[in-house]
Amino acid sequence: MVVGELTDEAVDHLFHALADATRRDILRRSVGGELSVSRLAEAYPVSFAAVQKHVAVLERAGLVTKERRGREQLVRTDPEAVGGVRPALDQLEIAWRGRVDRMSDLLATGAQDG
Amino acid sequence: MSVTDVDKDFDNLTLTLVAEFDAPIERVWQLWADPRKLERWWGPPSHPATVEKHDLTPGGEVTYFMTGPAGERSRGWWRIASVDPPRSLEFTDGFADQDGAPLAGVPTTAVRVALTEHDGGTRMVVRSIFGSREHMERLDSMGAMEVFQQTVGQMDALLAD
Repeated sequence: MVVGELTDEAVDHLFHALADATRRDILRRSVGGELSVSRLAEAYPVSFAAVQKHVAVLERAGLVTKERRGREQLVRTDPEAVGGVRPALDQLEIAWRGRVDRMSDLLATGAQDG
Repeated sequence: MSVTDVDKDFDNLTLTLVAEFDAPIERVWQLWADPRKLERWWGPPSHPATVEKHDLTPGGEVTYFMTGPAGERSRGWWRIASVDPPRSLEFTDGFADQDGAPLAGVPTTAVRVALTEHDGGTRMVVRSIFGSREHMERLDSMGAMEVFQQTVGQMDALLAD
């Protein structure tokens, strides 16, 4: 059971990570890879620890990487991983198109029978 | 004619698909309401579904498994949020373990199906939203569950080829 190259578990982590507005915002801000966790934390009305936890969830999902520079940890969004949402929704579309085709076939068969 | 429109909202992890069928609404509804019909289209040909429990009432459950090419089974369940035959159905969809118990910690998804009479046939709109269990529980505690029930889950759809 895979979505592209992702296992079920990876997909679970991915959707969990993306199901939160703050985490999605962190992803947007971290594309440049120049912000530390403490700089990120300044942007939100929550504690440093809470932002650190958000970053950890994103990291577990493979959406960001952390890089130590001096005393700071810089957060960088992995553009390829973020792109993983697209194939997942694309897969869902393909699945539903298949379902709709099968529904059409069943309805056509039923019409002939009845 | 089948799928007429697809919208993918990547920010909100939502797929909205519109399909039109050349059949009366009651017959389209039966594809959902009759478990023997449901299992003929829910799973992809490589992973046909077998529906076990099928209780389309609010709070009721549908349970099924899909059988893969090597005989492996993936189990899933729906929890019905609302049902209004033959017009609408809303449910949460999730994975189960091999005993059929909902898998803890795995995101659930929600699906809203709306059927309307259209042009002598039937139009079906399926809205499917990925979400996590934690996310839904938090929304529930905020009293926003009704809103989120319009969302839905279809993780098992990822099993498609």
